[in-house]
Amino acid sequence: MLEVANLEVVYHDVVLVLRGISFRVPDGKIVALLGANGAGKTTVLRAISGLLDVHHGDITKGEVRVDGTPTHKLTPTAIVGTGVTQVMEGRRIFAEFTVEENLRVGAHSSPGERTDNLSRVFDLFPVLKERRKHTAGYLSGGEQQMLAMGRGLMSNPRFLLLDEPSLGLAPLLVQQIRDLIVEINSQGTAILLVEQNATMALSIAEHGFIMETGKIVMDKPADELMRNEDVQEFYLGLGGAGTERKSFRDIKHYKRRKRWLS
Amino acid sequence: MTEFLQATINGFATGAIYALLALGFVIIYKSSEVLSFAQSGLMILGAFWVVYFSTVLELNFWVALLLGIILSALIGVVIERSMLRPMVGKPAFSVAILTIGLNIALTVIGFDLIGVEIRSLGDPWGIQVVQMGDLVVSRKDLATIVSSVIVVGSLLAFFRYTRFGLAMRATAIDQETALAQGIPVARVFAVAWAIAAGLATIAGVFLGAGTGVSAAIGVRAIRALPAAVIGGLDSIPGAIVGGLIIGLAESYTVTYQSEYLAFLGQNFSTAVAYVVMFLVLLVRPYGIFGTREVVRV
Ligand SMILES: Nc1ncnc2c1ncn2[C@@H]1O[C@H](COP(=O)(O)OP(=O)(O)OP(=O)(O)O)[C@@H](O)[C@H]1O
Ligand SMILES: [Mg+2]
Repeated sequence: MLEVANLEVVYHDVVLVLRGISFRVPDGKIVALLGANGAGKTTVLRAISGLLDVHHGDITKGEVRVDGTPTHKLTPTAIVGTGVTQVMEGRRIFAEFTVEENLRVGAHSSPGERTDNLSRVFDLFPVLKERRKHTAGYLSGGEQQMLAMGRGLMSNPRFLLLDEPSLGLAPLLVQQIRDLIVEINSQGTAILLVEQNATMALSIAEHGFIMETGKIVMDKPADELMRNEDVQEFYLGLGGAGTERKSFRDIKHYKRRKRWLS
Repeated sequence: MTEFLQATINGFATGAIYALLALGFVIIYKSSEVLSFAQSGLMILGAFWVVYFSTVLELNFWVALLLGIILSALIGVVIERSMLRPMVGKPAFSVAILTIGLNIALTVIGFDLIGVEIRSLGDPWGIQVVQMGDLVVSRKDLATIVSSVIVVGSLLAFFRYTRFGLAMRATAIDQETALAQGIPVARVFAVAWAIAAGLATIAGVFLGAGTGVSAAIGVRAIRALPAAVIGGLDSIPGAIVGGLIIGLAESYTVTYQSEYLAFLGQNFSTAVAYVVMFLVLLVRPYGIFGTREVVRV
């Protein structure tokens, strides 16, 4: 069980971004974490995998626990050792490395099981096997997402944290990624799925959480969330006129600006 | 022609030494984004250990060299842990200044230990030469070239094929992603310093071989810096090429300048590295292979 308890996170000692977040990811389940841009989803994942330091962020309150043992004071290396691996937003593959080198980097923490994990990854993503000697930077967007997920699986995690795996992919590819997540999960890996694409996430998750400005505002089984009117209106794009503002184009535009600033 | 060949071989030998020093600089910079100006200090201290093991403890030269490299690498790790680690996240400029201070400290300690005399390394080459037709090549130069090829080749193989070498390259490209894969980035920094210190020791030994270790080698080591700049601060091939360019430029200057450009004065060869750097930077602001913009001041 991966647990986040009452988590508070501050960036640069002043910007309070998470205001007491609590949730659980049981072993072997898929849990969706949803929310608009800037809600703090990525920050939650950083807090779990120990990557806040890099962004001048600090946990000021609360805990992250794996099987009841606090992990939020461990180094990222030690956290990967506890069986928690994050696949970061934007894929972040090593573009100048080959596909295989990328996967070898992912295997850093468990060199003994490298061959086993590699064959698992190649079974899941045959295209990576085909392209194993290719430079990763020349893969298509979908293939790069698969590589990022495959790299994460090379540490054979019990909990895989996926940050917006469907971002920027065409609908058909989103389907494919969705099916792959289900398959990875069916092999026993629990998944914390952060998504903007709520339809996709809720269609495969057991449970869902919705975040708004650093707080969890809804915590329900996925099918209930799917049926919830507010969720339909704001996250599934099924509502009336009010949802126009939240169209995909606006999000896209915002994203682009965010990239420039960062 | 003989003169030219001789100057070329000599240039390669000197260039190999600059390349070893520049490589250390680049490896530290690539892994941790620290501009370290401590290479010449590390070199002097490293050379002293070899002098000490070889002539004071009277160990076999190669054993002394190996012990010297190991001890220097350990010192590199200690320096990284104690001085650089607390600086993570501090402005690049301040950290660079810190390494200049570190270099002064290492140099002072090194020269204190060495003393005022020129100390022999007890190396097997001395001032012997090999005669090849008209060509007279010092054994030390040949040994320098051969050893450097072996050392650099092993280093490249380490980066290419080993698990930790790959982890170091990954860290150089994207530190956060490396962390997310469970790579112990702190250990990568420490190993980068260990490698840099080890390379500096080898460089110091070849600079001091034959003629002996004295304050003069420290002055020469500083010219590895323009070599790193010429190659591009973040490029390993660049460090090698930059080192060789400087070595050759110096050697040709020593050989031909008094003949053709006598008005430049007697010791112009000591300045030629900086002239070459200036010219390269005019054409390629990030060096020949460089990609990354360091901080603009
Ligand atoms: N390094 C940082 N320094 C300061 N503020 C930050 C930093 N990183 C994120 N933030 C802020 O924290 C808030 C939450 O950001 P976070 O990236 O966690 O959101 P998100 O839900 O993942 O959004 P998105 O859907 O855009 O990825 C935002 O307001 C963001 O501007
Ligand atoms: Mg995010």
